Amino acid sequence: MTANRLAESLLALSQQEELVDLPKDYLLSGSEDEGDNDGEREHQKLLEAISSLDGKNRRKLAERSEASLKVSEFNVSSEGSGEKLVLADLLEPVKTSSSLATVKKQLNRVKSKKTVELPLNKEEIERARTPLEQEIFNLLHKNKQPVADPLLTPVEKASLQAMSLEEAKMRRAELQRARALQSYYEAKARREKKIKSKKYHKVVKKGKAKKALKEFEQLRKVNPAAALEELEKIEKARMMERMSLKHQNSGKWAKSKAIMAKYDLEARQAMQEQLAKNKELTQKLQVASESEEEEGGTEEVEELLVPDVVNEVQMNADGPNPWMLRSCTSDTKEAATQEDPEQLPEPEAHEVSESEGEERPVAEEEILLREFEERRSLRKRSELSQDAEPAGSQETKDSSSQEVLSELRVLAQKLKENDQSRKQKATSKGTIPQVQREEPAPEEEEPLLLQRPERVQTLEELEELGKEECFQNKELPRPVLEGQQSERTPNNRPDAPKEKKKKEQMIDLQNLLTTQSPSVKSLAVPTIEELEDEEERNQRQMIKEAFAGDDVIRDFLKEKREAVEASKPKDVDLTLPGWGEWGGVGLKPSAKKRRRFLIKAPEGPPRKDKNLPNVIINEKRNIHTAAHQVRVLPYPFTHHWQFERTIQIPIGSTWNTQRAFQKLTTPKVVTKPGHIINPIKAEDVGYRSSSRSDLSVIQRNPKRITTRHKKQLKKSSVD
Amino acid sequence: METAPKPGRDVPPKKDKLQTKRKKPREWKNPESQRSLSGAQDPFPGPAPVPVEVVQKFCRIDKSRKLPRSKAKTRSRLEVAEAEEEETSIKAARSELLLAEEPGFLEGEDGEDTAKICQADIVEAVDITSAAKHFDLNLRQFGPYRLNYSRTGRHLAFGGRRGHVAALDWVTKKLMCEINVMEAVRDIRFLHSEALLAVAQNRWLHIYDNQGIELHCIRRCDRVTRLEFLPFHFLLATASETGFLTYLDVSVGKIVAALNARAGRLDVMSQNPYNAVIHLGHSNGTVSLWSPAMKEPLAKILCHRGGVRAVAVDSTGTYMATSGLDHQLKIFDLRGTYQPLSTRTLPHGAGHLAFSQRGLLVAGMGDVVNIWAGQGKASPPSLEQPYLTHRLSGPVHGLQFCPFEDVLGVGHSGGITSMLVPGAGEPNFDGLESNPYRSRKQRQEWEVKALLEKVPAELICLDPRALAKVDVISLEQGKKERIERLGYDPEAKAPFQPKPKQKGRSSTASLVKRKRKVMDEEHRDKVRQSLQQQQQQQQHKEVKAKSTGARPSALDRFVR
Repeated sequence: MTANRLAESLLALSQQEELVDLPKDYLLSGSEDEGDNDGEREHQKLLEAISSLDGKNRRKLAERSEASLKVSEFNVSSEGSGEKLVLADLLEPVKTSSSLATVKKQLNRVKSKKTVELPLNKEEIERARTPLEQEIFNLLHKNKQPVADPLLTPVEKASLQAMSLEEAKMRRAELQRARALQSYYEAKARREKKIKSKKYHKVVKKGKAKKALKEFEQLRKVNPAAALEELEKIEKARMMERMSLKHQNSGKWAKSKAIMAKYDLEARQAMQEQLAKNKELTQKLQVASESEEEEGGTEEVEELLVPDVVNEVQMNADGPNPWMLRSCTSDTKEAATQEDPEQLPEPEAHEVSESEGEERPVAEEEILLREFEERRSLRKRSELSQDAEPAGSQETKDSSSQEVLSELRVLAQKLKENDQSRKQKATSKGTIPQVQREEPAPEEEEPLLLQRPERVQTLEELEELGKEECFQNKELPRPVLEGQQSERTPNNRPDAPKEKKKKEQMIDLQNLLTTQSPSVKSLAVPTIEELEDEEERNQRQMIKEAFAGDDVIRDFLKEKREAVEASKPKDVDLTLPGWGEWGGVGLKPSAKKRRRFLIKAPEGPPRKDKNLPNVIINEKRNIHTAAHQVRVLPYPFTHHWQFERTIQIPIGSTWNTQRAFQKLTTPKVVTKPGHIINPIKAEDVGYRSSSRSDLSVIQRNPKRITTRHKKQLKKSSVD
Repeated sequence: METAPKPGRDVPPKKDKLQTKRKKPREWKNPESQRSLSGAQDPFPGPAPVPVEVVQKFCRIDKSRKLPRSKAKTRSRLEVAEAEEEETSIKAARSELLLAEEPGFLEGEDGEDTAKICQADIVEAVDITSAAKHFDLNLRQFGPYRLNYSRTGRHLAFGGRRGHVAALDWVTKKLMCEINVMEAVRDIRFLHSEALLAVAQNRWLHIYDNQGIELHCIRRCDRVTRLEFLPFHFLLATASETGFLTYLDVSVGKIVAALNARAGRLDVMSQNPYNAVIHLGHSNGTVSLWSPAMKEPLAKILCHRGGVRAVAVDSTGTYMATSGLDHQLKIFDLRGTYQPLSTRTLPHGAGHLAFSQRGLLVAGMGDVVNIWAGQGKASPPSLEQPYLTHRLSGPVHGLQFCPFEDVLGVGHSGGITSMLVPGAGEPNFDGLESNPYRSRKQRQEWEVKALLEKVPAELICLDPRALAKVDVISLEQGKKERIERLGYDPEAKAPFQPKPKQKGRSSTASLVKRKRKVMDEEHRDKVRQSLQQQQQQQQHKEVKAKSTGARPSALDRFVR
């Protein structure tokens, strides 16, 4: 449903735009300056590209309605080439064949020959022999009235000649416009007619009747005679409708009778009667109001179908000289239509492009266009974020129009070459930095798995790498110790770079192990220690030297990295070397192929020790423990959390008081040892039928024994 | 699978058996109807109030997590479980009244440092029975001693490096056995009761009874350096010079697991009493956590730059103290983060560490022992000021706090010293679990019960409550297989089916329309949610960008 609506709105939109385009095109073609025209055309193209960025015109390019004069590089149109296309050109073969040439020559000769003059023309003037006739001719001559067939006065002829090509084109455009409007209106009417909803038609009819009544009332006040005529007309129409409907076989009653007619004589008769009446009536009616009715009907229909603009034009066309008149009303209307679409279609078009973007399978060009648009918006955003003051859209348009043009060029190239690689060199130099600027965006979103160590290419990158390392080394975040913590942490510095903040969560290992911790001032110092301070220092030195070689931290980090790697789910490589290409020693399948046949493993949940650099936690599942765990949820539980909650309390006596333990472990039925328990009888359970059937019942559901039964049971056992 | 019951206060004692037995618990009804025969009214009607904090201590259901909406039947089950929990916890809290004993303490006069108080002063101040608990055994002949108290805290076994092995009831000083194994003794440990004794000798592991008779020689455990006994699993864990950690099930005499630590000689080991995980210290500064169920360590923690010299875990399994060759003493948090909470550099570095039942930490440094105490029971010991210090006649070789006593046993080259540390031991013991005063018969009874309640070795893992969880992976797998087998998901939510309506409103079109409406509504919800998420993310990003981005200069507008 929504799609339909969208399509409709789109159609309407394109129509409106075409309307707008009409005069513009006319103007363009009207200015005969060729150079200017060329520039104009380019400008037009630019405008098109820009507007198409919004996804507004995309649909329009695909189809071309009758009245459209739209210039487009994707559609066939005569206007694009700048010269008129003549039918003869199309019919003419590329190279005129010699056999036809002779015929053509002959034909030309025949054409160039003057026809034999007939004396009849002169005769007419000379025919005025009588004095009266001569007088009349004289008068006509004097008043410069036409005597011969053309029936055009010289003034008219002059005016005809005076009308320029411009005006003629204008006229033609107008006519075209009118025709288009008519076609739209017809289409609309057809569409409305096609609507199957009875209710809709009922409403429309009612509305029309009301309107007619209103008009009639007005007319009665103004012109009673006309009103009377109108009344008669209305009455007649009503009568006709009534008769035509009633005495057909389509009514409810008639239908029911038709069913019954096979069996019921009366019904058959009634039907025949009705048919006869219908015939009679129709005949009478045809005789009675042929001319009147039809005239009125057609008029009405025409009024319904055609809007006043069209009528006006037609009326003008009916007049003696359609070229001379120029309706001012149509002008104003044009202006109105011109104004409207500018305001209206913008948001709608946006909506369309947004909503349909995902669903519709899109052409390559469109994809590219969208890409382009996205990038543009991205850049705009970045610009906005850089600049504190938001720049007006108009300004940016102006300033960046050159950029847009260059980018357009790049785009066009892309379209041509149909190349997938993004790092294509642009023709204009202005775009190069832009492309580079845009590169990192997709790379950022690249999953970690795909990231490979990249070769350092420029000096700057090298520098950056160095910086990064510096950060990693310099970082001294959060030692958990007392004392120096607050002094050491550089995190609170306001100008700390963003990179650093990301890594803050990781606790630095180096720092963790090497922090100076306060030494204990013990009262009783070990005896060995008491000897000398110097010796202690020496010993420390010795320890330092002893552990200088083996870097515990590096080893541990390496171990952790290996553990992480080992725990990661592995990608599956399905490439077959030598399949579809040369194989052998030293030959590897191409990267493209490998990429194609590599099944990436889904990334698992984050490791528990992700932010704990000094810890490796084994993520392997303990299957031995899992064997003791519950693996099937018992009946009323639907989620394992629910069930887990019910098994949280330990029941054993180790964790409970004696009383609680007893209560938690009491069996449902308690019997005293030594007591004889008689088998249950039917009467115990409340049945009175034979014992055997009862027994089966009890056996089937032994849990049915309620407390009441238990009491009974006890009683019986005591007895 | 809570293997280690929290001793003392946490575990309600079984003393309530001694309570007067009533057939029926008194029912508290209307006070009017509760009049006694004399007509006097109960001034405190109803059950005695229980402090909420105490009850909270015994609650085990984590109510913070919100459950998915459940059916009425399920809800009733959950309610029953919660009611049971409340009842049992209230009962446990009520019986806390019976824990009459209070822990000891040592307080200096204002401004006085408790560390300056020496043993002689303490002995002078305390009563005669306590004073008798401080003694020195001068055994200079057989070299530095390792020692071990039995689980009840009544018996003491010690082994000198030069082969002297002895076991005695240290309270009455009654010697049970004394032998010389004629071999270097590396470690000594009581098994589940004081009747059995495991001795790690130079070549193999030997087991003696309390008469000094050799019962077993376990040759599969050779060159054992350290021993650790897991009482609830009946497992004897041995760390050997060859780098193997071996678990021996002493109830059946089978080796459960022999794990290669791949870290060279193992001579630092301790157990986590909370979850029975073994902690091994290595020469590369790491501490690894082991369970017999896994071939690899459960976790590895880098603790020191040098090798690890000693490891100890407190009784609640929350804190781990380590000391390394870099002369540092660190206390780690074991609750998931494994980060050091406090660090101290000691002048000589601690060679031995031990935690007491109440969380006191002792470190043996050369011939001096330092004891640190925390603020309360659950807090880690603060390393700023030592609580007590003591100098011994030789370098320390073994340390252990005596359970249920304020006594620290120190084995050193000059023999054994039993020193008084007020506030070290748990004052209230569980008479059924580890009764220091139990008779032989009671011990035998306990042995049987303990064997019946033996926890399988596979259940050792970092989270001892893992058994109270559902194996989600198997559950999901089972579900998936079931769906595959049946060809449809029996638990799937049925698609919306519009109800039939009367009077011609149930046409196909209207049905479809109604269905469509519901579908659209669901879709809209989804879209709304995703939009919200996106917005949040964007806001987050913007905030970040704003906070980091520098102020643009006025000239920036000319930059193209």
